[in-house]
Amino acid sequence: MYSVVIAQAPGMLTQHSWENMKILWLVVVAWCVLAPPAQASKSSEDIRCKCICPPYRNISGHIYKKNVSQKDCNCLHVVEPMPVPGNDVEAYCLLCECKYEERSTTTIKIIIIIYLSVVGALLLYMAFLMLVDPLIRKPDAYTQPLHNEEENEEARSLAAAPAPTGARANTVLERVEGAQQRWKRQVQEQRKTVFDRHKMLS
Amino acid sequence: MASPWLGQQSLGSAAVAMNNKGFRRGSFQSSTSDEDMVEIAGGALDFSITDDDPPLDREMLGGFSLYNGGGMNGTSQMMDFLEEPLPGVGTYEDFNTIDWVREKSRDRDRHREIASKSKESTWALIHSVSDAFSGWLLMLLIGLLAGSLAGLIDISAHWMTDLKEGLCLSGFWFNHEHCCWNSNETTFEDRDKCPEWESWSQLIIGHGEGAFAYILNYFMYVLWALVFSLLAVLLVRGFAPYACGSGIPEIKTILSGFIIRGYLGKWTLIIKTVTLVLAVSSGLSLGKEGPLVHVACCCGNILCHLFTKYRKNEAKRREVLSAAAAAGVSVAFGAPIGGVLFSLEEVSYYFPLKTLWRSFFAALVAAFTLRSINPFGNSRLVLFYVEFHTPWHLLELVPFILLGIFGGLWGSFFIRSNIAWCRRRKTTKLGKYPVLEVLVVTAITAVLAFPNEYTRMSTSELISELFNDCGLLDFSKLCEYVNDFNSTTGDDLPDRAAGPGVYTAMWQLALALILKVFITIFTFGMKVPSGLFIPSMAVGAIVGRLLGVGMEQLAYYHHDWTIFSGWCSQGADCITPGLYAMVGAAACLGGVTRMTVSLVVIMFELTGGLEYIVPLMAAAMTSKWVADAIGREGIYDAHIRLNGYPFLEAKEEFSHKTLAMDVMKPRRNDPVLTVLTQDSMTVEDVEAIINETTYSGYPVVVSRESQRLVGFVLRRDLIISIENARKKQDGIVSTSVIYFTDHSPPLPPSSPSMLKLRSILDLSPFTVTDQTPMEIVVDIFRKLGLRQCLVTHNGKLLGIITKKDVLKHIAQMANQDPDSILFN
Repeated sequence: MYSVVIAQAPGMLTQHSWENMKILWLVVVAWCVLAPPAQASKSSEDIRCKCICPPYRNISGHIYKKNVSQKDCNCLHVVEPMPVPGNDVEAYCLLCECKYEERSTTTIKIIIIIYLSVVGALLLYMAFLMLVDPLIRKPDAYTQPLHNEEENEEARSLAAAPAPTGARANTVLERVEGAQQRWKRQVQEQRKTVFDRHKMLS
Repeated sequence: MASPWLGQQSLGSAAVAMNNKGFRRGSFQSSTSDEDMVEIAGGALDFSITDDDPPLDREMLGGFSLYNGGGMNGTSQMMDFLEEPLPGVGTYEDFNTIDWVREKSRDRDRHREIASKSKESTWALIHSVSDAFSGWLLMLLIGLLAGSLAGLIDISAHWMTDLKEGLCLSGFWFNHEHCCWNSNETTFEDRDKCPEWESWSQLIIGHGEGAFAYILNYFMYVLWALVFSLLAVLLVRGFAPYACGSGIPEIKTILSGFIIRGYLGKWTLIIKTVTLVLAVSSGLSLGKEGPLVHVACCCGNILCHLFTKYRKNEAKRREVLSAAAAAGVSVAFGAPIGGVLFSLEEVSYYFPLKTLWRSFFAALVAAFTLRSINPFGNSRLVLFYVEFHTPWHLLELVPFILLGIFGGLWGSFFIRSNIAWCRRRKTTKLGKYPVLEVLVVTAITAVLAFPNEYTRMSTSELISELFNDCGLLDFSKLCEYVNDFNSTTGDDLPDRAAGPGVYTAMWQLALALILKVFITIFTFGMKVPSGLFIPSMAVGAIVGRLLGVGMEQLAYYHHDWTIFSGWCSQGADCITPGLYAMVGAAACLGGVTRMTVSLVVIMFELTGGLEYIVPLMAAAMTSKWVADAIGREGIYDAHIRLNGYPFLEAKEEFSHKTLAMDVMKPRRNDPVLTVLTQDSMTVEDVEAIINETTYSGYPVVVSRESQRLVGFVLRRDLIISIENARKKQDGIVSTSVIYFTDHSPPLPPSSPSMLKLRSILDLSPFTVTDQTPMEIVVDIFRKLGLRQCLVTHNGKLLGIITKKDVLKHIAQMANQDPDSILFN
């Protein structure tokens, strides 16, 4: 359906509907990420009413937690058993502070797992780049300029400016490879700026 | 017939001065009407007949009549291959300064074109509506992304911080607090202990008591800290070196119109987010606030690629980045309005009202997103949110001002020593070992921090505890007062005598203060993401709390003194140590960053107490005065200067009596200015000039003899266009003549075909005369965001002033090393 529209629309509009599609996708993805925590039914372990009661007369302080709805979150409903006789309850409860709190264990779990997997993936990739990559790849062109960097730096930056896309990549793999090489060069450049020459960020 | 056209042009050149060449036709179409031209014709006539050279005006005339279908197109065989701008033309190279004027006029042209097209078809109308709407949509997306990332950072950093101490058995993903969330076995005294949470000694040797268990916990704490910081620095080094540091000095520079490619890219975003969590949880004396601004700006920059309007225009993109910075502070402190003001006061360079509203919206969305994630489980956006409303007395302003003085002193001390240390790192061998440096500092921090419980906990938690007002419900050492239950009536708690716990806490806090003061100097600037809001606030909060407790005890024991009589009688609640901590935090933060308005707004948004605005203002102002008296730069400006970024400070006055001719290049002994002529140079000549010089742009003149200015052409555009023409255009050889006029110059018919480069020529370069005072030139550069300005004398081109020259001149006038400005 979309593709038909795109095929028929003139140039400028095509680009535009592509943009709209991209945005649409982004919104959908953002919604998917954000929606589950909002919609997730509040399981019993995700709400609590916590009452903190300070020391009173000869009774030591105590913390009460109970699984009650927000409107029942007060000292009378939560503090059980009541440590003071009936006529003192009001005075005791006046000192207590009750707070209704919510959390989402699903969100916490998902976020921690996402975070750990990202760190794991990055570490694996770093290990790959440091250990495996030099073995399967013979020393090639892109590491060459590293040694005589200072002299031809100007020339290289000039040459790199119009994005050397002379050899059009055919397969997806080659294109990924090309992107990776470009990225590596960029990181190398950044590393030189920051760590070696101390031009920035020091 | 000629005179009205000429009149239009010569006045038009002022009116359309902002118009860039590339879109000239569109603008003429909409702005030309006959009445205008007739009106102004007479006054402008004399411009055209003053010189022997064929006036520029004729080209304009030609261009216009060409557009209208008039004759004069004798050069029709010349291909107008530059109708569509080449990819790359109009972009900038890495480490270059953008031309705000050019970018803004390009955006206006684009907008005009869309607006004029929108009447033609429905699609175009929809396009124009969505174009107008795209800015707000972009803000929405930035807010959502920044808020989500802040939530991720908050939750994971909290978890990893607690991982240094132990593990939750009921689910490894819970931090200490959430592990004991539902446990019924927490007691009033040990409210953070529960059987589900086991410390490392309990996990490894089965019990948590005794010296061996303590040593084991100590060892695990240091080990985890080292592992986290090692991972952080390795990831930064391996994937995105730009992700280190706080990022605010660089963002300030970028927003002022500098290009640092990759600084706000995808990898920087990922690595900064990931390593920020690691750095914060390693227990180093650093905070997440500054880096969060960087993260939000990365989000903004990446999302800009979705919209043509922002992808292609560097000035528009900077407006978005200003708003993204606001969103970053909004989630870092849970202070949306404070974020907007922070962006306005501290970060942004060009901040029109439209950006203010967009920032407002982005900050709102970001805060809302973070709130719906609810990272701390307290329905607040920050850990150290406090809410108290005890009143303060006018006399307390004296200690508040004292705190302000301390904040200013500490701020300038910190800036000086940190800059000295960073300079040492930059210039000596120390900078060769970034990984080792991080590890050593982490090891020292962790070894010294563990024995003291106030440094062992995370800095946010420490601040939260210091801000807290002790009530009956609190049971910590800091709140161990001698309670007299007979006088207690409900919530109203009088000042009480300090118990032994408070005294222990006092000297522990004093030790923590010493550690924080010194270790932060060495931490800020290491090659891991590091902000300094939180450490500065911690220092101030500790001092404030110490002073507050001191005042409280003074008032308790000496309530008969005249200064206390009347407002602090026995049994009254008059001094709140938590408030002192808050004021101290604001003072120290103000001393370091030199913020005032945004700082106070951030602080009262943090605390929700409008009644404390005056104490906070007093402290922030005093601290700024004291700090400015000692050294005039804030920490970010000091780092900008240390690194030599080309940042033209808008706050300082330029008050020297120099003239434009004293600053312009070429200097008296230099070779003459390199110029291009409009219609007599060959491709070969131009290429030779490009290769021989490194200037990033060349003025174009009518002829070398007359030196009358035509326009300005950028080196990058020139290189790209010539290269492209050699590849794609037939008959372009080294001897082809390049011309910037509208019509090819008369040449013998045997000569090779010519190259027309008018479309890359900036016809409206900014000029001043050589007698213009530098204060005006500096003002022009600041306010218009110029990149270069040409200097004329009697109408002839004499020289050029670039932003770099202005910066060097300012540095020279301030007796600094002018060569410290590294990038042009």
